[in-house]
Amino acid sequence: MKQKVYAVAGNILSPLGFTAEENFRAVVEGRSGVAPQEGTFGIPEPFCASLFDRGQVAEYAAAEGITGYNLFETLLILSIRDAVRRAGIDAASSRVAFVISSIKGNVEELGEDESEVPVTVSAGHVAAFFGQNAAPLVVSNACISGLSALIHARRMLLSGQYDYVVVAGAEVQSRFIVSGFQSLKALSPEPCRPFDAERCGLNLGEAAATMVLARAEACPPDCWELVDGATRNDANHISGPSRTGEGSYKALRYVLACCDPEELAFVNVHGTSTLYNDEMESIALHRAGLSDVPLNALKGFFGHTMGAAGILESLISMQAADAGIVPGTLGFGKMGVSYPVNVCAANRTTDKHAFIKLLSGFGGCNAALLFRKGGAR
Amino acid sequence: MKIVHSVHILPDAVRLDGVALPVEEQGAELLSALYRAYVKDYPKFFKMDLLSKLGVIATELLVKDEPGRFTPREDRAVLLLSHSGPLCDDRNYQKTISGDDYFPSPALFVYTLANIVTGEIAIRNKYEGDTTAYGLEAFDPAQLVAVVRDAFEDRVTTSAICGWAECIDAGNFEALLLLVEQDAPEGRPFTVQTLEEIKKA
Repeated sequence: MKQKVYAVAGNILSPLGFTAEENFRAVVEGRSGVAPQEGTFGIPEPFCASLFDRGQVAEYAAAEGITGYNLFETLLILSIRDAVRRAGIDAASSRVAFVISSIKGNVEELGEDESEVPVTVSAGHVAAFFGQNAAPLVVSNACISGLSALIHARRMLLSGQYDYVVVAGAEVQSRFIVSGFQSLKALSPEPCRPFDAERCGLNLGEAAATMVLARAEACPPDCWELVDGATRNDANHISGPSRTGEGSYKALRYVLACCDPEELAFVNVHGTSTLYNDEMESIALHRAGLSDVPLNALKGFFGHTMGAAGILESLISMQAADAGIVPGTLGFGKMGVSYPVNVCAANRTTDKHAFIKLLSGFGGCNAALLFRKGGAR
Repeated sequence: MKIVHSVHILPDAVRLDGVALPVEEQGAELLSALYRAYVKDYPKFFKMDLLSKLGVIATELLVKDEPGRFTPREDRAVLLLSHSGPLCDDRNYQKTISGDDYFPSPALFVYTLANIVTGEIAIRNKYEGDTTAYGLEAFDPAQLVAVVRDAFEDRVTTSAICGWAECIDAGNFEALLLLVEQDAPEGRPFTVQTLEEIKKA
């Protein structure tokens, strides 16, 4: 029989806290890291973003004895170290693989030392910190990177070559990224409002998040299984979502083969708060027969944390379902998509033990991953 | 799993299934020459960054004679690996936001995402399956084979455009792309040894 892959430990490092628990508490209490920015990164137009206090991160890193790394690598190391300690594994072992997810990694190094810019280089430094001899695998699949990394890591474990895979994603914001999204007219000058009628764009966010995955004959009852996941392309446009939600629908259809919608506590959507993304997701969910399943989006708390988002939002969702909560969608007030969907504005209770994490990104890519609590079925 | 076709493009040489194609141009001009010889009717090509041009042209050579081309299909994945990702595009975009000339270009920014090349290949060929851009420290046939084999764990995937697509600048790029099929009756074995042979040829 095919083995099961499950999460043994995790960490979230964000402006809202440095552990998965602190970040979950912030979500339950409705606290957001998103704040107005003026002049940040020398960007002429105002924008909102969830950004680390650089001094606070440096202090934490110094206390942990981590020096000589750039901010991107420092965040990854801090996040991975917490998760690996909790998992109680030997991260240096050849039976452990590292998968690193990021979109722009250390792009700020451009113009300084160009050879340090590729994510693969930073990923190598991070893996070496943990005593890994093997080069880590990097996944850089635009906004779905974190889910692509988890989906691939699950498959790596199923192949039997590893006992554990450490999946970590991180994103540091910069003049480069903010100006780019602004030029695409994707940024909101105000805190974002996923699925709301008044939404006018996304907020960017900084974070690192780590999940340590393992495999066994059966998923332990206190762990979350990564049941199955898929990435699908719209094959339509490099920067605009499909009008029929094609790839998102196909990714959902793939994971729905492994579950009954009745089983789902919620779908944690991408919900960037851009006009096109949220509309597209409503179409995909409708086509997949998920209009009645509660949905929520976390971008109002963290902003769009890009390469970290898939891992971060999955970790929040696991803790929420464990606590019997469907987290509310901060920023949502009045329905603003044309297909009927069941948006949770405020925290609700649930007694269900499965959820779907959904993301979409530039390049036409979409991903869905089904999580189920061990022993729930 | 078998390699049905392979292509190796360098700034001054192209080999398709191990056979050298006649080459008169070099660098970016080589890609345009290949476009004129094998594509002709996809002007979007000229809007693409160098990495996407490289990936799209390499794919074109792999599938140009495939029956039923352009019928949308979900069972074909696009899985590309590189070391530098979109570094070439990062440089181009950075120029639009440096110093006093602050005119960020959305057209250039989009290409600074590592996976746009996989999207361009999917759009051109109507591939609706898995598209993923991976990064490795360096070209490593063993890792490449492992990544692609693991990706075939997807229940729907039966074939893939996969391989190495590295682009430093117009004079320094390499695409080693393969059409790999799960149940192909004929083809070379999808192994480290075959990859090494294709790379060396």
